[in-house]
Amino acid sequence: MSEATLPARTGSRPPPWRDVRVLRVVAQAVVIAATIVVLWYLWGNLTTNLTRQGIRTDWGFIDQPIRFAIPDVANSASLPFWRAMLVGIKNTAVVAFVGIALATLLGILVGVLRLSQNWLARRAASIYVEALRNTPVLVIILILFLAVVLRLPGDIATAPEWGGITVISNRGIWLPWLEGRDGAGSYWMVVAAAIVATVAIAWWRTRRFAATGIPHHRFRWGTAAFVAVLVVGYAALGAPFGLSLPAKTLFGASGGIKLNTAYTALLIALTIYTASHIAEIVRGSILAVPKGQTEAARAVGLTEFQRMRLVILPQALRIMMPPLANQYLNLTKNSSLAVAIGYYEVTRISFIATSQGFPAPQVFAFLMAVYLAFSLSISAVSNLINRRLMLPTR
Amino acid sequence: MADQPRTNQRARPDASTPSEEQGIVRAVAETHEGIAVGPQEEPRPPLREVGAREWVGQNLFASAGQTVLTVVFGLLLAWVAYKTFRFVFITGRWRVIEVNLTTFMLGRFPRAELWRPVATALGLATFVPLWLGRTARTVQELAVGEAQRDWQVTWSRMWPFLVLVGGVLSFTRTITPTLLVAAAVGVGVVAYWSGDRLAIRAGGAVDLAALVGIVASFYVPLFTGGFGWSNWGGVLMTLFAAAVGIGVSFPIGIALALGRRSDLPGIRALCVAYIELIRGVPLVTLLLMAFFVVGFLVPPDAGRPSLVARALVVLVAFTAAYVAEIVRGGLQSVPKGQVEAAQAIGLSPWKVTRRVVLPQALRNVIPALVGQFISLFKDTSLLAIIGILELLRVAQVVTDQPAFRAQGLQAETLAFAAFIYWVLAYAMSKESQRLERRLGLGER
Repeated sequence: MSEATLPARTGSRPPPWRDVRVLRVVAQAVVIAATIVVLWYLWGNLTTNLTRQGIRTDWGFIDQPIRFAIPDVANSASLPFWRAMLVGIKNTAVVAFVGIALATLLGILVGVLRLSQNWLARRAASIYVEALRNTPVLVIILILFLAVVLRLPGDIATAPEWGGITVISNRGIWLPWLEGRDGAGSYWMVVAAAIVATVAIAWWRTRRFAATGIPHHRFRWGTAAFVAVLVVGYAALGAPFGLSLPAKTLFGASGGIKLNTAYTALLIALTIYTASHIAEIVRGSILAVPKGQTEAARAVGLTEFQRMRLVILPQALRIMMPPLANQYLNLTKNSSLAVAIGYYEVTRISFIATSQGFPAPQVFAFLMAVYLAFSLSISAVSNLINRRLMLPTR
Repeated sequence: MADQPRTNQRARPDASTPSEEQGIVRAVAETHEGIAVGPQEEPRPPLREVGAREWVGQNLFASAGQTVLTVVFGLLLAWVAYKTFRFVFITGRWRVIEVNLTTFMLGRFPRAELWRPVATALGLATFVPLWLGRTARTVQELAVGEAQRDWQVTWSRMWPFLVLVGGVLSFTRTITPTLLVAAAVGVGVVAYWSGDRLAIRAGGAVDLAALVGIVASFYVPLFTGGFGWSNWGGVLMTLFAAAVGIGVSFPIGIALALGRRSDLPGIRALCVAYIELIRGVPLVTLLLMAFFVVGFLVPPDAGRPSLVARALVVLVAFTAAYVAEIVRGGLQSVPKGQVEAAQAIGLSPWKVTRRVVLPQALRNVIPALVGQFISLFKDTSLLAIIGILELLRVAQVVTDQPAFRAQGLQAETLAFAAFIYWVLAYAMSKESQRLERRLGLGER
């Protein structure tokens, strides 16, 4: 019973199999080692299988011509693989960018309509949301492509023209578009000058407001300056842009801008599907702004529009931004469904290249890297915006 | 009676039945002459009756702008309703669905062996309602507020299924499917009722019976006798892929979420890398990899796994990353004090997670998990791209049959597929909203 029989506790450590500090290191080492072993095993299988089947394992293929045609791209069959992928990346970016813009507009419209005072408008908006949100996006894409766009008139001569400004057929859809003429290049300088002038004027108005308290009207002043510079530049350069209207030819139309059928179907489908999700986000975020804010805004005498613009929307925007960025990501990723309908974005090009004998593992590694880059850039932009919108807190 | 503390009135252990208890409360309330006793509700403000004219005035024609909106949306809705009606009842050529209804439901399942899926359907019609009936009470206990059991709630939950069953049965050409559905509904109602009755006395046994029953009624008819998922298709394949996807990915997702929240940097980095890699890439790309690449990853001498198996692996791997992020949200919502309290009473780290953190975390994310399930259910349509004969693929291939080729029947077949997807997804989303309300999430 003397102290000597008790083990000396101070400074001693438990045996290693019960020491948390040891266990932590061991656990991590075991998990990482197991992961490495599994990956190494899969890698071994992969290389063995590839060499046995005579598939190349290097990256030399990216300089080889793709030997298949991409619609609306000249000499596409002789493009090297990496150039074809760039075309695909561009097409993905186009449909994602336009789709995001359109889906945001439509989504905000439907979301606000769902909160409308008008019963019918509310009903219509909720039918829209419920109908689209619960249907797989691939089904919407296929319906629009196979049952709508491809069913448009195939005969150019009888295709609808809508007052002579469009040509709508199942060979493509032609819309009016701006066409550069002489001096179009210099006009971009004018546009840049207009932007600089607008920013300068807005800054000057803000300074004046801060100094004197006179209402700044930044928006009116800025818009006026922007339009003025553009109009003066347009006149000075002798009409550098003109409206180009599509005109029917034997197998299509010339002039205007041509929308590929698959692109049209994909764009509309992604827009209406994503808009149904955005509408719910918009509605939820507006509802999430505390009611007291509305009441307070009314009490200080703001008009309906001012209340929306100055009180409700800035706060709703803060709530809206993260889920909205998620929807933008989803839209970008969903654009890969074009593989089913023949719009040559990056997934479809990879898919066809692989079917033509390009080595699948490398092609898909490339493709995954492309999508990761898209995802990362969208999250980076949204994080930037989030930081700007965030409430300054201690 | 009068000396008893008021609060005890409601908690009397001998107040066994609700009616008796209410009777006591009312009696006590009367003896106290106006003193509020028990759960008397505050008198609600009287509801102002809004007449039809007034309602129309407020909701449709409040101002000139509102009138314009009403006219515009009235015309729009009327046009959509007219077009839909014409397509469904007049212009639609639905013979392609009538002829291929079995294909839409089961794919290429050998027609001589149809008793197998029928046996599965009847088995599921027994054991799923049994389990639902058994959990109905548990859910009710978890729920806040009154249990609503009136016919309106039942109707709002049931109409999508009625529309679905009615819609599908309207394409049958014999009476047998209708009789089978009637039998399944009859069995299901009896099973639900028995589950509800047995819940208290034999809850655990019912759980076990339901689990064994569901697995057996799936496994025995559909996997024995040389059958497997390569024979399946249509709605059967769609539902199976969705169920496997969520069921298998759920534990993996929990593990990944715990790993991502772990304070061991090595494990955390692995989990983060996996989750972000998968979430940054579209499902189509991963499915195409299942088609082209996954076959290379098995040992050279082993046979290639079937396409369905490869696709299921990808679905699970994909869903697990999303489940992990949902569960992580739930883990973050558990207050830190819960962990500290659990540690203070000496629970081991494993028990802290298993008994304290996870139950609360998962309860908070049930609606989000249901949402993930819905989105997985919709995403199974992507299996069509790699050529698996699920519902959407059936809708595409039947238009190539000799009898229906080149007639432009895609509108009809895709609309039918969309109808099935929509009804099921809509019913699930409504159910998840209901669950969210009943669990009182976002209110506490």
